[in-house]
Formats: sequence, C-alpha cells, structure tokens
Amino acid sequence: MAIRKSLGRRIGVNLLAWAIGFVIFFPILWTIMTSFKSELDAFAFPPKFFSVHWTLENYKEVLSRSNYPLFAYNSIVESVGANIVGLLIAIPAAWSMAFAPTIVPERKETRMLYAAMLAAILIAAAILYLIGDARGDWRIYGPIVAIACIPVVFWIATRRTPDVLMWMLSTKMMPGVGVLVPIFLWFRDLHLLDTRFGVGFMLMLMNLPIIIWMLYTYFKEIPAGILEAARMDGASLLNEIVYVLTPMATPGIASTMLLAVILSWNEAFWTLNLTTHDAAPLTAFIASYSAPEGLFWAKLSAASTLAIAPILVLGWLSQKQLVRGLTFGAVK
Amino acid sequence: MATRQTMTAGRILVAPSVILLFAFMLAPLVRTLYFSTLHYNLLDGSVPQFLGFQNYVDFLSDPNFIDSLVNTLILVLSVLVISVGGGIFVALLMDQQVVGLNILRLMVIAPFFVMPTVSALVWKNLLMNPESGFFLWITRSLHLPAPIWFTNWPMLSVIFIVSWEWLPFASLILLTSLQSLDLEQQEAAVLDGAGAIPYFFYIVLPHMARAITVVILIETIFLLGVFAEILVTTNGGPGDATTNITFLVYKQALLDFDVGGASAGGIVAVVIANIAAIFLMRIVGKNLEA
Repeated sequence: MAIRKSLGRRIGVNLLAWAIGFVIFFPILWTIMTSFKSELDAFAFPPKFFSVHWTLENYKEVLSRSNYPLFAYNSIVESVGANIVGLLIAIPAAWSMAFAPTIVPERKETRMLYAAMLAAILIAAAILYLIGDARGDWRIYGPIVAIACIPVVFWIATRRTPDVLMWMLSTKMMPGVGVLVPIFLWFRDLHLLDTRFGVGFMLMLMNLPIIIWMLYTYFKEIPAGILEAARMDGASLLNEIVYVLTPMATPGIASTMLLAVILSWNEAFWTLNLTTHDAAPLTAFIASYSAPEGLFWAKLSAASTLAIAPILVLGWLSQKQLVRGLTFGAVK
Repeated sequence: MATRQTMTAGRILVAPSVILLFAFMLAPLVRTLYFSTLHYNLLDGSVPQFLGFQNYVDFLSDPNFIDSLVNTLILVLSVLVISVGGGIFVALLMDQQVVGLNILRLMVIAPFFVMPTVSALVWKNLLMNPESGFFLWITRSLHLPAPIWFTNWPMLSVIFIVSWEWLPFASLILLTSLQSLDLEQQEAAVLDGAGAIPYFFYIVLPHMARAITVVILIETIFLLGVFAEILVTTNGGPGDATTNITFLVYKQALLDFDVGGASAGGIVAVVIANIAAIFLMRIVGKNLEA
C-alpha cells in the first residue's frame, strides 16, 4: 500500500518534476525549433518563439550542399557494421563464459604457467626495445606481438571466468590517449587512416567488452538444461548456438546491439582523431561547424537534428536495458 | 554440467575476443610505454634516441601539465557534484508518483543520447552566444550582467555542457535504484514517526549508496577523457584555460608530433584513470561473485 500524500503536495511535486524535465530537455527542443527557422529568425534577439516563418529550407540546404549523405552513410556503416562483427565475435565468447565457465581453482601447474607467461611477456617487451620498433616497422613489430599473444591468450583463456570478464572490463577503463600514438602510427603505416574499415575496427574494439558483458548477463538467465538437451539430441555446437541459444536470447541480443550502436554513433575521440574526410562520420561533420562563416545557426540546428534524431529514437527504445549495460550489471 | 568437450570448445571460442583485446588494447599500451622513453619527433626526422625518464620529467615539470591536471580535476569534480547531486534530486522527484512518468523519463534521459559534438556546438552557438544566445535573453530579462561565456568563464561553460550530458545518466541509474526500494520500509519508517529528512538519510541514501558509487566511478572514467566538447568549443583555450590532460596529450601528439612526450603524457593519463578504475572493478567484481 502506498502512502497517501496531500493533493497540494502532489500537485507541487508534479509541477516541479515537469518543470525540471522541461529545463533538461529544453536545449534539444530549442535546437529542433531553430532548425525550422530562417537564419535571420534563428539569430534574432530577443529570441522568437512562435511568431516566425517556419521553413524546411535548412534541411534542404544541409541535405543537398554539404555532402551530408556521405557523413550519414559513414556513421551508419561504421556503427552498425562494427557492432555486427562485434556480436559475431562476442556471442561465442559469451556462450563460453555462461555455459562452459572455468571455475576450477588454480593448481600448482597453472601458477607455474602463469609465471612462465609473464616472463614471456617481459622478454617480448625487451625484444621490442632492442629491435628499434621506433622506426615504425610494423613488419617486425606485428609478428612479435603475435608471438607474445600465444602464451598470454592461452593463460587468459584458462583463467577463472570471472577473472576473464574483469580483465576484459579493465581494457575498457583505459583512456584513449593511452594508446592514441601507437594506434595512430599503426593506422598511418597500414594506410587505415580515414578508412571506414579502420574506424569501424576501432569502434568494434571499444565496444567488445561491453557487448560481451551484456550478452553474458543475458545468457546467464537462460537455463543451461535447455542447451544440454539440444546437445543430447545430437546438435552440434554451431547448431546449439545458432538455433537454440540465439533465438532464446534475441531480446537480450537486440538490446545489446542497440546500446552498442548508440555508443559508437556518439563516439567522438577515435572518430575525430582517425578521420579527415572520406570516412568521417556525423560527429566529425558537426565538428566542422565549429569554425563557421556567416549566419549558420539554423543550418547547424538542422544538421544536429538530423544527426541525433535516429539515435534519440533508438535510445528511447532501449532505455530500460541501458542501466544494465552501462553499469556492467552492477545496477539492475 | 559442461563436458570436457564443451570446456575445450569454450576456451577456443573465447580466444578471438581475448586476442583482439590483447593485441589492440594492451600491446599498444606496451608500445606507448616504449615510445615514452624516446626522443621521437615526427617532424624533425631524426632517428629516435633513448632518453630514459626524461620525457616524464619534462611532461610532469611542464607548467602546462600542472594547469591541465588542475583543469581536469576541476572539470571532473564539478561535473560529479552537479550530476550526482542533481541526479539524486531528479530521481527522488520522479519517484513521487509523477503523472506521465514515462514521457518525463524520456525527456530527462534525452541529452545522454546527443553526440558530444552536437551538444557542445548547440550550447555554444544557440544558448551561450554573446550576441543572440538564449542565456543572454534570460540574463537580460532578469537584469543580470551578461557574461561572454567562453571568454569570461571558459571552464564554467565547459562544465555546464558536460554536466548537461551526464545529469541524465546519473538520474536514470539512481531512479532505477530508487525504484527497487521496498515500500514496506517506507511504511515502517513512517509508522515509527520518521520525518522526511531522517527517512532520506537513514533509509533512502544507504539504499542508493551502491548505485551512487557506481555512477561516480563510471562518470569519473568518462570525464577524465572529455575531448570533443573541448575541441569544438574552446580548442583548449583561451590560453590553456580549458586544456585537460586528454587534450594536452592530443595537442602534443597530433599537433606537435612529439611522439615521445605525448606517450609519456598518455601513460600518466592511464595511471590517473586506473586509480578510479580499480575501485569500480572491485564493486563490479563483487557483484559477479554473488
């Protein structure tokens, strides 16, 4: 039973809540309104609210003149493509963590192995120093990383599942500037700067830990017995994942995808630093308005509205799952 | 129970993710560490030379570093106070049987979905413009002195923009946590004669403590890396009034092409971020075991 409150208080609370909600939403509302004004009305002071000549001129101009379609196309291809690939990599990983977890406590051999792995990493790092990687020769650097990968991957993959999850989460904690320089140089040497593949690849990496985490929490809710029954009936692993697990987890997979697309659509560190024109998404398109000439408020608003509208809709659809995804399951 | 076969398959299936994250997130970090010990500038074309810790000494003793560190702290702490304090308030308000809560929640959460470059430019040009901005109209109407936002109070302007982006996040998560509060507890407290204020401090706040901690930690990690908002509004200026550590490293790397110095800065940024990350990992990890 809820506790009754006096009518006056309830009206007061309602008014205050809606007033605050309106203030928070106002900048978006104002942007949308401005996008339908003429440039003169948009710049008018005091601001005009309703007595303006409403027009679609800005949208026409933005869509026709400023190669907006290319930027929009880049945004869609990069954020959707990156996360489809991300899902394809993450679903098997999340399956493995949810249904075939490593829970065995460490044995002595594993600990010995651990020490050996660490030594291997250190030696690999030392080799990096000696070879003079600073000349930017990724043909030397690449194989060394690959060799260093083998023991590390083996070690990480045999850890307790919660530890692997935490390790993946920890890569998400690293600020972009920590790896900006090497990634930039790699991209330069491999001619990946300003390519859709390059940007998409970075976005995929940025989201991979979150995708795996969310999928893991959804998969955990599916009874393992159902998958085992399929296995008993002779389903191969591929069939088990494709025909049994995926259909049952579709809502979870869909909301994971939504959140991942939202995050990559709005990502503005790598997209701004790794693109100039050909692969630049909408974040960069809008950023180009920061050094404008002449009256441009209404056009900026139109471009902004176009850039945020699709993601606002997606975001509103997924807000229930958002909390879970953004807090890595710590708040449900 | 998983069979031996599925266990093996499990290890194989998790490997691609591990390889990708290792090769492109941690290996570059090693490379950054390595660059940070070199004199390496892409412009002067010289062969990189080993410097030891000289880049760190230069970076840490650079007056710009101290300024940017202070700027980073001011930005992070102010936004945290505004968004968490405001978030608690908004969440409490929305939890009071508000009419049309679903629509209201959509309005409150909306700014979180706006891309950083859009929110920065919209605030700069439509709201804070010194000639025709909406805020000018408000201050004029109230007969207050009208500031030239990005000239007079550059940092405060950036703080406003970033707070507007993160207040919805805090509100949404705190509201979710608040909605899981058992109503019977509220009834019991009222029956025992607890007023609104003791009820808030002894029941509501402890209940939200965990969600608040998570919000603070996640926001801290993202706020340490604020970049686009600064790039499109002030470009770090005037002077270096709004240069945070992320922006300083960006300037050194991609504008000055000082690979060695920028790498040292990047490592410093990683160390600072890790302090927050360690606490967050603990909380999330505890949740995982349960």
